[in-house]
Amino acid sequence: MSTTTNPEMTMTKAGRYGDFGGQYVPETLMPELIRLDNAFQHYQHDADFQAELTDLLNNYANRPSLLSYAKRMSADLGGAQIYFKREDLNHTGAHKINNVLGQALLAKRMGKTRLIAETGAGQHGVATATIAALFGMDCEIYMGKMDTDRQALNVYRMELLGAKVHPVTTGSMVLKDAINAALQAWTQRCDDTAYIMGSATGPHPFPTMVRTFQSVISEEARKQSLELIGHLPDAVVACVGGGSNAIGSFANFIDDPDVQLIGCEAAGKGVTTPLTAATIECGRTGIFHGMKSIFLQDADGQISPVYSISAGLDYPGVGPEHARLAETGRAQYVGVTDDEAVDAFEYLAKTEGIICAIESAHAVAYVQKLAPTMRPDQTIICTLSGRGDKDVAAIAKYRGVTLNED
Amino acid sequence: MKTKLTQAFRNHKALISFVVAGDPDFKQTVDHVVALAEAGCDIVELGIPFSDPVADGPEIQAADLRAFDSKTTPERVFEMVAAIREQTDISLVFLTYANLVYQYGYVAFAKRCAALRVSGLIIPDLPLEEQGELRPALVAQNVALIPLIAPTTTPDRIAAIAKAATGFIYVVSSMGVTGMRQSLTTDLTPLITAIRAETDTPIAIGFGIHTPEQAQKMAEQADGVIVGSAMVHEIASQQDVVAKLTTYTHELRQAVDSVAN
Ligand SMILES: Cc1ncc(COP(=O)(O)O)c(C=O)c1O
Repeated sequence: MSTTTNPEMTMTKAGRYGDFGGQYVPETLMPELIRLDNAFQHYQHDADFQAELTDLLNNYANRPSLLSYAKRMSADLGGAQIYFKREDLNHTGAHKINNVLGQALLAKRMGKTRLIAETGAGQHGVATATIAALFGMDCEIYMGKMDTDRQALNVYRMELLGAKVHPVTTGSMVLKDAINAALQAWTQRCDDTAYIMGSATGPHPFPTMVRTFQSVISEEARKQSLELIGHLPDAVVACVGGGSNAIGSFANFIDDPDVQLIGCEAAGKGVTTPLTAATIECGRTGIFHGMKSIFLQDADGQISPVYSISAGLDYPGVGPEHARLAETGRAQYVGVTDDEAVDAFEYLAKTEGIICAIESAHAVAYVQKLAPTMRPDQTIICTLSGRGDKDVAAIAKYRGVTLNED
Repeated sequence: MKTKLTQAFRNHKALISFVVAGDPDFKQTVDHVVALAEAGCDIVELGIPFSDPVADGPEIQAADLRAFDSKTTPERVFEMVAAIREQTDISLVFLTYANLVYQYGYVAFAKRCAALRVSGLIIPDLPLEEQGELRPALVAQNVALIPLIAPTTTPDRIAAIAKAATGFIYVVSSMGVTGMRQSLTTDLTPLITAIRAETDTPIAIGFGIHTPEQAQKMAEQADGVIVGSAMVHEIASQQDVVAKLTTYTHELRQAVDSVAN
């Protein structure tokens, strides 16, 4: 596990990135969060814990993940050399498993017997259900009704793995509402239950914990870049929902000022429309889901319903460390529309033979714009956060193709 | 800090009710609060509806939606309080979520409360650790920040929360979110005793209380009882609400008054 130290980014006080972060939760949860933080602080430096986690990452989740050179795409775009960090090749098909293994192992050490989680695209739910099965723990997943409909395959996957899936019908019935429901469920029952947060969001210690467990992405990528290419990349590009694959991709490069860090948010139908989820571009500072961060909200502070074709990026907030990285200018955040993401999804399939997650396709779309503006001796690492099997039916529908699945 | 709130607990066990401002509309909320005051409530908590009320159960979530349907905003709620103030001087507190207060501006919100004689704020997602950013603005206006203590709160936290408490302390009767509960099993005596050892700030118990019997039981343990979802439930019926709230409050008042102070 990496230990990035950067004076500017070091937390100002417990769980704060600048003024962002904190623990804005009901008192009922505070004692449990404090216990969790203490356990995390302890096991983060515990050799046995680390050894078990590394073993699971390598021998169960299929790490280290490849850093693949995208030869045809680099040639086609005619600029920077493009490399993909292949989180899509992990067991369960996304980066989510890195974090779930870490948090679930911690839960086990804390004596928990039951895991609950929210999920958007279903990838985090699948990863949590998978590890619950592996560890012999009970598992319940909260998922917005909109998302259980558009990601039906992942719902069935979770059920196959023995988890109970609760479709959430409050609010706009997407990821935000699933988090509300999961937080409420945790408030009701936390003695035997761990809440496995799926992104680098929520109250402290979740953003820091998720960052720590996901930073294996950039720990490997940094090493692979030096070995394979001989130098650090010029840019690292990742998609941002709550920001876990992005912060994991950035973490070990934050101290290298020459490495440009770019997060790609879902702009939905466009940042000038209300149908968007581009939080950093369109939002402002607020307090929600346990953290002070940037949120899409109206003038009064009511959280906005958001929209993206991608269930995993359909979130009105962003993790507090991203809010801080945006504020200091250390990272840049750009919006990518549904149309651009779907084009990139198809482009990557045809050019590199990779069907990536629609979330990851947001990062690919920006690489298509960025690479031609760079020199051929420069490199970009783009994180492919997940594989796209789950999205094939939805993309077909977007293109007006009817699939007969009977 | 001695506030009007503390006075509400002086002569008898306090009866505190909760309604969502704007449920189902501006005028009816004003009528409901006036009715509750006349029927014998000591304090009314007015909920300012939030898009994502994570501490609230289905009953109050539904009330928030009804309030949004009648275009309720924080500004409209302040106007409601002004209208309420033309008819009653009852102690009022706001219950809302941190973001609405943050977006209004802590200082501006506190001043608005003081001007309307709103005596306190309950903010479920602002635990002790995060109260520092809001507290100075409230202290300057003599508006109380009413903290919550839960069955899970540890002794060190009880001490720290009790020391910082103003107005009264809201003891959450059971784990989970707001909503009526058939039975309240938690024995709160040890928790209440631990709080009493730290402060003489009044203690009110809430979450789940809806029958007069439950109210009486809780009044035996604490200085006041809070009835929320059950009030909201009456309002949701949309029929003879003022009469129902009046009768219900009389029943609760009687139950609570049967316990000596
Ligand atoms: C494949 C994939 N990528 C990205 C995300 C977005 O999450 P985060 O921003 O935390 O990486 C998700 C979330 O469901 C996902 O499934």
